[in-house]
Amino acid sequence: MRTLRFLLRKEFRQIFRDKSIVALIFFMPMVQLILMPLAADYEVRNINLSVVDHDKSPYSQKLIAKIIASGYFRLTGYNASFKEAFGLIESDKADLILEIPHNFERNLIREDHEKLFVAVNAINGTKASLGGSYLGSIIGDFNADIRMQLVTTPRFSQFPVIEVVASNWFNPLLNYKFFIVPGILAILVTMVGGFLTALNIVREKEIGTIEQINVTPIKKHIFILGKLIPFWVLANVVFTIGLIVARFVYGIVPEGSLLTLYAFISVYLLAVLGFGLLISTFCDTQQQAMFIMFFFMMLFILLGGLFTSIDSMPDWAKLITRFNPVRYMIEVMRMVILKGSSFNDILPHLGIVGLMAVVLNGWAILNYKKTN
Amino acid sequence: MEAVVVKNLTKTYGKEQTVAVDDVSFSVNQGELFGLIGPDGAGKTSIFRMLTTLLLPDGGSASVDGHDIVKDFRAIRSSVGYMPGKFSLYQDLTIEENLHFFATVFGTTIEENYHLIKDIYVQIEPFKSRRAGKLSGGMKQKLALCCALIHQPTTLFLDEPTTGVDPVSRKEFWEMLKRLKEQNITILVSTPYMDEASLCDRIALIQGGKILSIDKPDNIVNGYPDTLLAVKADQMYRLLKVLEKHPDMLNSYAFGEYAHAVFANGQMQPEALESYLHAHGLSGVEVLAARATIEDSFIKLLH
Repeated sequence: MRTLRFLLRKEFRQIFRDKSIVALIFFMPMVQLILMPLAADYEVRNINLSVVDHDKSPYSQKLIAKIIASGYFRLTGYNASFKEAFGLIESDKADLILEIPHNFERNLIREDHEKLFVAVNAINGTKASLGGSYLGSIIGDFNADIRMQLVTTPRFSQFPVIEVVASNWFNPLLNYKFFIVPGILAILVTMVGGFLTALNIVREKEIGTIEQINVTPIKKHIFILGKLIPFWVLANVVFTIGLIVARFVYGIVPEGSLLTLYAFISVYLLAVLGFGLLISTFCDTQQQAMFIMFFFMMLFILLGGLFTSIDSMPDWAKLITRFNPVRYMIEVMRMVILKGSSFNDILPHLGIVGLMAVVLNGWAILNYKKTN
Repeated sequence: MEAVVVKNLTKTYGKEQTVAVDDVSFSVNQGELFGLIGPDGAGKTSIFRMLTTLLLPDGGSASVDGHDIVKDFRAIRSSVGYMPGKFSLYQDLTIEENLHFFATVFGTTIEENYHLIKDIYVQIEPFKSRRAGKLSGGMKQKLALCCALIHQPTTLFLDEPTTGVDPVSRKEFWEMLKRLKEQNITILVSTPYMDEASLCDRIALIQGGKILSIDKPDNIVNGYPDTLLAVKADQMYRLLKVLEKHPDMLNSYAFGEYAHAVFANGQMQPEALESYLHAHGLSGVEVLAARATIEDSFIKLLH
């Protein structure tokens, strides 16, 4: 125990002596947490729309006005022909073309139906699909409006209509920040903990200090604990800073108990740090460790359910996410912070992550050889 | 009593089975200053790493203080001091912190064993709050030695402690070793410098993983079998060329400002060689009978 205490003291001394590491640990998460949610916005705005209006009737004007008034679109072209408008798409000045045919108003009133043509630039997939569906729903809305005006509605509609009204639970205003901030915090904590531990032992190997340690009677598990605990503490500090930023910058107050959250993060960090340690036992240089860590981090983040929903992944990808600790962390963050889940609700997650912690750390201890 | 016993130790590296240590056997007595002398790549570091339990041997056995290097590695780790060839203390910790750290790791304190390091530590004490990374080469060596000594090891392994250190510091370093020897600490030291060999009690000349000879430095020098002449001339390069052509000569090589020429024992007199060289048109010729050094013995053994 005495040895462990001194190992820890040495480790903390080294960490705080390296000013760039301290800055990295404290400022990087704060800056990222403040910048990223503002930029990583799921909503698509400022879609450039070009209209080819062959009708030039009050109705077509009304439709265009309604579209622009939605706030999602920007009228960047008002062209006489589709060909002209297509030129705008080619020069990337328009994302969507709406073509209104001749006699749009007349046909709509006389024949009760008319077709519009929408062409979408699908180079940016998200913008294309969202823009297309926004436009579709605005046009549908417009359609309903004019039916209200035109048709002297009988008291009971001849056609049964199902109207769907959705209500959003846990995030009533669909504020994407509520959704993304806890996820980004989860990833930040993972990165800080994982990278620092992975690089730390490898650094001792590179400098050669590990040789000196290896000839001492220090026990393997004491040495590994000495490496694990400092970064566990630091990652917890980063997590706390993140929660404070979330509270005061985004007004996110966890619905569930903080105790539950910290209980989970404590175990989760053991798994992440164990993973970092394991990688460090396989690597001889910081470069190797960095690249391997980066490879896994990319996988963890992209398959973690932050940017893309796990439910919409193919089955094989879903299977991979089961082995991804970040996935459980993001889920628990959202469960506890947004939904107010209790400790019992996250028990399955805790169990899996706990198992990962045991396996990864055990493997790391086995694989760390004092003798070659 | 024998502190270190090495029997038929063998180590090979990689798939090509490159032999680094080839069937090496020697023993070191308690309180002895034993030198492993050999060029880079001779296998000195591999032997040290095996004896300090950092490397597993592929064959043979060895023991330190009666502890087997494979079975009783724990006992060895707490009783030996090791100073690797590469400076490997924490560069971002100060002198004092490094020393304190290594004392604690071995479960002791600086005060307890201060008498062992006192002579060395006072030299670096004025800089004790300076980070180890910012020290000069000589000071780094002194600190490393202090850290290797702080737990009062029975045996000290010093792997090329003077490589890259200036001549004055080197001399000081060897004086420190002599004083440590008086404390009855067994010291194994490796070095590529032949001039340091004569400072050891006994030396093993090692090359290509094999031990060529083990003896007291004096015995090795006195056992030199041939006649050795130191030759100097105004045209050194031509001199070496001319020497090479001499029919009776066994070997010749540049040696400082002289060239050493080796002849079978009693087969050549300095005067005879001098006139031979004059006959070949060399000027300023000076030929002396030379006393063999460790280096000459080593070269002899290599041929």
